[in-house]
Amino acid sequence: MIELDRAGRSFKVKREVVHAVRDLSLTVAAGEFVGCLGPNGAGKSTTIKMLCGILTPTSGTVRVAGLDPSRRRTALARRLGVVFGQRTTLWWDLPLVDSFELIRHLYKVDRATFRSRLGELTETLDLGAFLRTPVRQLSLGQRMRGDLAAALLHAPDVLVLDEPTIGLDVVSKAGIRDFLRRVNAERGTTVLLTTHDLGDIERLCRRVVLIGHGSLAFDGTLEELMATAPGQSSIEEVVTRLYTAGAQ
Amino acid sequence: MVRTYFLLAWTWTRAAAAYPGSFVLMVALGFVAAALDVAVVLIIFANTTALAGFSREEVLLLYGAAGLSFSLCDTFVSNLDRVSQHIKSGTFDTFLIRPVGAWIQLTTDRFNATRVGRVLQAAIVLGYAIAALGIGWERGWMIPVMVATGVVIFAALWTLAAALQFVLTDAPEVTNAFTYGSNQLTQYPLAVYARDLVKGVTYVLPLAFVNWQPGLYVLGRDDPFGTPEAMRFLGPAAALVLALPAALAWRQGIRHYRSTGS
Repeated sequence: MIELDRAGRSFKVKREVVHAVRDLSLTVAAGEFVGCLGPNGAGKSTTIKMLCGILTPTSGTVRVAGLDPSRRRTALARRLGVVFGQRTTLWWDLPLVDSFELIRHLYKVDRATFRSRLGELTETLDLGAFLRTPVRQLSLGQRMRGDLAAALLHAPDVLVLDEPTIGLDVVSKAGIRDFLRRVNAERGTTVLLTTHDLGDIERLCRRVVLIGHGSLAFDGTLEELMATAPGQSSIEEVVTRLYTAGAQ
Repeated sequence: MVRTYFLLAWTWTRAAAAYPGSFVLMVALGFVAAALDVAVVLIIFANTTALAGFSREEVLLLYGAAGLSFSLCDTFVSNLDRVSQHIKSGTFDTFLIRPVGAWIQLTTDRFNATRVGRVLQAAIVLGYAIAALGIGWERGWMIPVMVATGVVIFAALWTLAAALQFVLTDAPEVTNAFTYGSNQLTQYPLAVYARDLVKGVTYVLPLAFVNWQPGLYVLGRDDPFGTPEAMRFLGPAAALVLALPAALAWRQGIRHYRSTGS
């Protein structure tokens, strides 16, 4: 469903070339739930943005749902749901429900399907109380639930989330994790998320990918990740070792 | 595409109409501000009977036609100049994850219907000039062609200006010089300008085709600069010649978008 083949993206910063991502190869099959870890500036967001077609890779190839994201961006958008934890994709000044209505038109979801999906999402994400509130007045937890609903209204095959639990309290986090697990299990949606919260990884991801310095540092199950550092009992310690090892 | 445009535009209009008082006031203000512009033309003609050989009504025809094209673009396309803000803050990302072109989404971003005040003003001036000059269909058919040509030329200029923002990031003023500057230039018969400037806006940046060349046909006049008669009909071709590189530049701009950190 997601294929990166030696994908790279570099930026020119003050005449110097910075490789945000280099030679990254990764394949995610349909229905997988993959968590992506990596220290700040490792290239996680750049990778996500290449998957959505926001950034054009400077080397290698990227395929999502069989399409080249940067060339077939709008066609891919119909099959892809995107959530940025740091930034809403909703219309800031419009009530949440107006944003949803716009999305219905943009993605050409028919009215009956839309109504039943929105009803379902409203229930599972508990949106009822603030559907008519302008997005700018929502709390972070409410906004994130709104963003999640917005990303799923068109029933995408792939859901990509960049730090979806950032800044949320434990209860909100639990709610979002529970929801994501259900979307993956019940609908078979392929999910790729980046996070700094190891709880997300432990509770959700069967497969863990670690990006360091723009390339793949680890790819395997949670158990395999733990096995890279025998004797360490907590995932925090294992990941800390991997992050600091990568820095040397 | 057209449906999507009006759907997005309508959503913003509805949001703005939540404050009806301010909405009406803004439309009226736009109308008055544009009317002051035409007052300048009238003041000139209070002191002279002809401007570069053109009568008051003839100048108003050229002014109204260019004004109508420009104000239509100002209403429906000019939101493109927000692109620099969106690039700087990284919010341009969200335009790229939707199954609709970024151009359509940007032109409707915070769509401001209050600009119709200016459209109305330009339409009235043009209507008055047509009536006063007694222009019939035999030459008047060119007027809608002229306005449409002008819309495409101005829209292409705005698109080029916006595409430039992907490279310059923070220079909306540089590009405003092209868009708003072009409007200023086309308000008067090109005969008032120097020959080299007119050559430039004919063969390089085809502003002469917004109203000047087709306007000469409508008025049944020869070009004081002596261009052949056939030039009067080249407007649509010139507009397409400009629109094509504008569309390509926009595409390239998006491919070079760098987003922001995180």
